[in-house]
Amino acid sequence: MSGEARLLVSSSPHIRDRASTRSIMLDVIIALIPSLVASTILFGLRALTLTLVTVAVAVIAEAVSRKVMKREDTIADLSAVVTGMLLAFNLPPTLPYWMAAVGAVVAVVVVKQLFGGLGGNFVNPALVGRVVLVISFPVAMTRWTVLTGSDVVATATPLAQLKAALASGSAVPGTGSLPGYLDLLLGTHAGSLGEVSVLALLVGAAYLLARRVIAPWAPLAFIGTVGLFAWVAGQPPLYHMLSGGLILGAFFMATDYTTTPLTWKGKLLFGFGCGLLTGLIRMFGGMDEGVSYAILLFNILTPHIDKWTRPVPLGGGARHARNA
Amino acid sequence: MALTWSFSGGTHPRSRKSTAESPTVRLDGFRRVVLPLSQHTGAPCRCLVTPGDLVKVGQRIGEPVGFLSAPVHATVSGRVVAIRRVLGYTGILGDAVEIESDGNYEIHPSVVPPTVTDRASFVAAIAASGLVGLGGASFPTHVKFSPPADRQPDTLLINAAECEPFLTSDYRRMVEDPAAVLAGVLHVMHYMSIPRAAIGIENDKPAAIAALHAVIDGKAAADPNGPAAAIEVVPLHTRYPQGAEKMLIYAMTGREVPSGGLPHDVKVMVLNVSTVAFIADHLQTGVPLVRRRLTLAGSAVASPANLDVPIGVPVADLVEAAGGFARTPAKVLMGGPMMGVALDSLDTPVIKANNAIIAFDEKEARIPDESVCIRCARCVEGCPMHLLPTSIDAAAREGDTEGLVEFHTMDCIECGTCTYVCPARRHLVQSIRNGKALLRKAEAKKKEARA
Repeated sequence: MSGEARLLVSSSPHIRDRASTRSIMLDVIIALIPSLVASTILFGLRALTLTLVTVAVAVIAEAVSRKVMKREDTIADLSAVVTGMLLAFNLPPTLPYWMAAVGAVVAVVVVKQLFGGLGGNFVNPALVGRVVLVISFPVAMTRWTVLTGSDVVATATPLAQLKAALASGSAVPGTGSLPGYLDLLLGTHAGSLGEVSVLALLVGAAYLLARRVIAPWAPLAFIGTVGLFAWVAGQPPLYHMLSGGLILGAFFMATDYTTTPLTWKGKLLFGFGCGLLTGLIRMFGGMDEGVSYAILLFNILTPHIDKWTRPVPLGGGARHARNA
Repeated sequence: MALTWSFSGGTHPRSRKSTAESPTVRLDGFRRVVLPLSQHTGAPCRCLVTPGDLVKVGQRIGEPVGFLSAPVHATVSGRVVAIRRVLGYTGILGDAVEIESDGNYEIHPSVVPPTVTDRASFVAAIAASGLVGLGGASFPTHVKFSPPADRQPDTLLINAAECEPFLTSDYRRMVEDPAAVLAGVLHVMHYMSIPRAAIGIENDKPAAIAALHAVIDGKAAADPNGPAAAIEVVPLHTRYPQGAEKMLIYAMTGREVPSGGLPHDVKVMVLNVSTVAFIADHLQTGVPLVRRRLTLAGSAVASPANLDVPIGVPVADLVEAAGGFARTPAKVLMGGPMMGVALDSLDTPVIKANNAIIAFDEKEARIPDESVCIRCARCVEGCPMHLLPTSIDAAAREGDTEGLVEFHTMDCIECGTCTYVCPARRHLVQSIRNGKALLRKAEAKKKEARA
């Protein structure tokens, strides 16, 4: 009997956990859906179609570029879908489709695939896609609107209105044109497609935390630091914490695996740095919002943060290191 | 004394201990046994028999060579039919004695209870018994009993975590025979002059905890100032790899074994629960290590069970006697699924340190395809040694020895947690093992250059 059996020999361990790259990406997609639903209600069907366009272009761009580079097809890992969704969430809902498509191609081909594909990029693809669009199409990329009945009405974002109100001396949320806290939670104000409804984003974030897909360190440090910075600068902390792209960025982009640190200490440091830079840009810079740039800069610093926060092995590190 | 009762890192593989409530079954009547002369860390034994010799159970057939070696004894009575080269489970060829059993299990006259009066005679008796760590490490137990003079342990830890999925042989030993465990612990405390002991059991095994409590509390109540009163049963968090020596020591004492060091460096002695139970049996009967308990399980096995078998039984014969295969085995493991070794042949004999035979069918044996690392950090969070498995993996694949040193590759205990949790299905432990081999090669080259 032993003669017939051909046995497989491989290195231990011989069992694997169920979670896969694909299941993780699927969890992120699920977590983004509450916000997509909210935005479709808030901005109309165009929010949904714009997202579908960026997702479709991202997936096609991934498939084509892998084929051209003669590498195995990777669209089944769903990471291109996530990139497409996150890009759409960072765009004004009124952006022409072709511009959004340009952003998706830049994100997937230039930022991700030219650096080796998933796991190889050193900055967040969706955020670079957004920045390239801001630079290329500044007018269309800053056209902020709300839906009033069936009319698309141009208006300023809460952070821009806060800046103006503070300059005029009275900034009480919910008075004048300045949106109130309930508006910030529900998303009934102008802003990027997927950033407006804090409540919907937090539902998705809670799902990712519960599924242990993301760790809380970077988001907590990020949001906390922005609040602290605002408090020190004499501006309403909670208003800063709930507006702009902070909640979206902190939970869905400052937790991106590839472009943020490995250890919990590194993640804390990353979040703290992003918070500090966002505070500086928002309160002392020329722009209303700085979450994208803060995350991108700390993406670049991630290898260094990883080096500074390397864990000490149990027992103090290998002896042979001393002799080497 | 239990400070943390756990360690940081680790994971929770599905326990799959379906044999937990199956009483241990003694199997005999095997036609032949094959006894490798190297079943321990250290040099192989010198063969004491030649083909044609008649041997009896407990007769010494392999003489230890050097201190790190443990003798090998005949596990059946019968005739030596061959001395042949067999591929050991570690992948190294070595001599083995094949004995054809006469079916009588006649005991050799040399088997008498040892005269033990002090530490020296105790250590000598254990050395002569052929005992090695029964938890899987194969380290000769008498070597553990001979720490340097300045490293006298102050605490005896009994490893009863049995954290690997499927494994239940230690658990059955505790439930079925807690008195032997207690007696063994008392012997070691007495002869090794260790004032206190603690038995660490994962808290998903309440029956074992209760069984040990019952015998220990009974003895301690009878003699409140006696050594039994200094034995603690410590429930540990159920988390893999709780039973890894360094994790166990940290969880139960808060002490960190220094890198490259041994438990005695932090004044601790760790023994597997089945190892101490054997010590009690041996001092009473004098029978050397000729049998062991193991768990037979896995999707290809017809009747998963806990077995008590002679050492040296070929896996094929063992499975056949225990009910055979339900499905064609595609992968057969010696040990648990996290750290066990995949066998290349069903002719491989059961060895001293073999706590389980796990046979997977084709579906369960399938090796997943690797994809790229997405830096999710699950391996980093899971590593109980606080290493960066993904960084070691990258350095190993690039042959970057400097990086391998920098990332403390040699500290890896190969517990398998990183590979288990990796969503990209990367073969991290395999890659880290390659990295260790690269470092050893580099070290040897350096030595050569110096010489």
